[in-house]
Amino acid sequence: MAGMSADPPHKRTTRLWHWTNAVAVIVMLMSGATISNAHRFLYWGQKGAMPEEAWLRVPRFPGWLTLPSHYDLSSAREWHLAFAWLFAFGFGAFLAASLLNGHFQRDLRVGRAGSRYHPLQKLIYCGLLFGMLPLLIGTGLTLSPGMNAAWPWLLDLFGGRQSARTIHFLLAGTMAAFLVGHVALVLVSGPARLMRSMLWGGEGTQ
Amino acid sequence: MIITRRTALIGATSLLAGCDRLNNSESFRGLTAKAERANFTIQRSLQDRMALAREFAPEQRSRVFRANGTRLPSGEDYARHAVEKFANWRVVVDGLVARPLSLSLPDLQKVPLRTQTTRHDCVEGWSAIGQWTGAPLKLILDAAGLKPSARFLVFHCADRMRGGVPYYESIDLLDAFHSQTILAWGLNGELLDVPHGAPVRLRVERQLGYKHAKYVQRIEAVADLAGVYGGKGGYWEDSTGYEWYAGI
Repeated sequence: MAGMSADPPHKRTTRLWHWTNAVAVIVMLMSGATISNAHRFLYWGQKGAMPEEAWLRVPRFPGWLTLPSHYDLSSAREWHLAFAWLFAFGFGAFLAASLLNGHFQRDLRVGRAGSRYHPLQKLIYCGLLFGMLPLLIGTGLTLSPGMNAAWPWLLDLFGGRQSARTIHFLLAGTMAAFLVGHVALVLVSGPARLMRSMLWGGEGTQ
Repeated sequence: MIITRRTALIGATSLLAGCDRLNNSESFRGLTAKAERANFTIQRSLQDRMALAREFAPEQRSRVFRANGTRLPSGEDYARHAVEKFANWRVVVDGLVARPLSLSLPDLQKVPLRTQTTRHDCVEGWSAIGQWTGAPLKLILDAAGLKPSARFLVFHCADRMRGGVPYYESIDLLDAFHSQTILAWGLNGELLDVPHGAPVRLRVERQLGYKHAKYVQRIEAVADLAGVYGGKGGYWEDSTGYEWYAGI
């Protein structure tokens, strides 16, 4: 679409975060699938250990969706917890940079003319940035018994460790759905142009 | 640039293969191990030394407390102890201590007891709440008198794992002297049963289940974990690569 070529280039911070976050999200989804395979029942509340306490039995994720591709919980945990640093601190740095460089004010404010995004896109991106990502981090921290002792309010916020585990899993599923939809939309609406824009900053030289 | 389904598939497959290769690469795993170390350091700095694990009301206990790992240690020795109702069971405290101890079950029950209703979190993801009663480890360590060179406590257990390797676990002194760290001999108002670690198990409430060594027979104070079995501080740490610090 010709009208879209007026988009300003993506900021360097946006591009950098987009790709580091893409790596972190994919690694965390796949290692998370291995962790889910370790105990395929979800509970609500403080506790839950037996199938009869569960509200959902999760299907087993096949090897091509898990990291590592064979069942190896300790490796999956190591990947998951290492890339959590990239995920959380990358997100924090992007939030700070985007507030400072005006990206959010320009592109995400409702009703503001001159944004590069459609209102529906704004809604989805705001939901991701201010809803899903902080909640994924918060519920993830709540799964740690050490963090429960350090920050007991986490347990009150999410209503218990097993509730947090359920929310964490459902949000990860939503993230996976977003990822599929996002990649599909890029493929149908001009992969070359959009990839160029996210890799090198835009099409100003076209 | 045209991205076809074919190239996307090839890309995805090579990404998967690449991840598995990275998973087996020592230098990459060195990096993830550094991240694990950082998790430990950060948690310890966020956590007050004496910060307590959440304690629950009695009515919040799990109806069935799931038992995991060894449910019945093999071997004649343990079977004999079970028949004798653990009358001849001893917990030896030795290593870098001034006064080595050999404690019977009644000895442990004479120590001012602590009862706590806490949540047990398995590394696999489930949680169960139970009420534990036992002797604060701190009181036992004070009686034995740790030498200044002692930095870790190793818990030697009666259960034998694959290949006859004994189960063991270890904690540092910060957790050893924590007020909720107990040698538990009771669960939900009754003497500990065999699936849950009879007659004595460790409770170290701010860490995952595999740290809570069952069937404890010996507590050894050491300066360094390198010389103990596989050197990583625990059976699962040695055999499967689980983290020594299991606070996450």
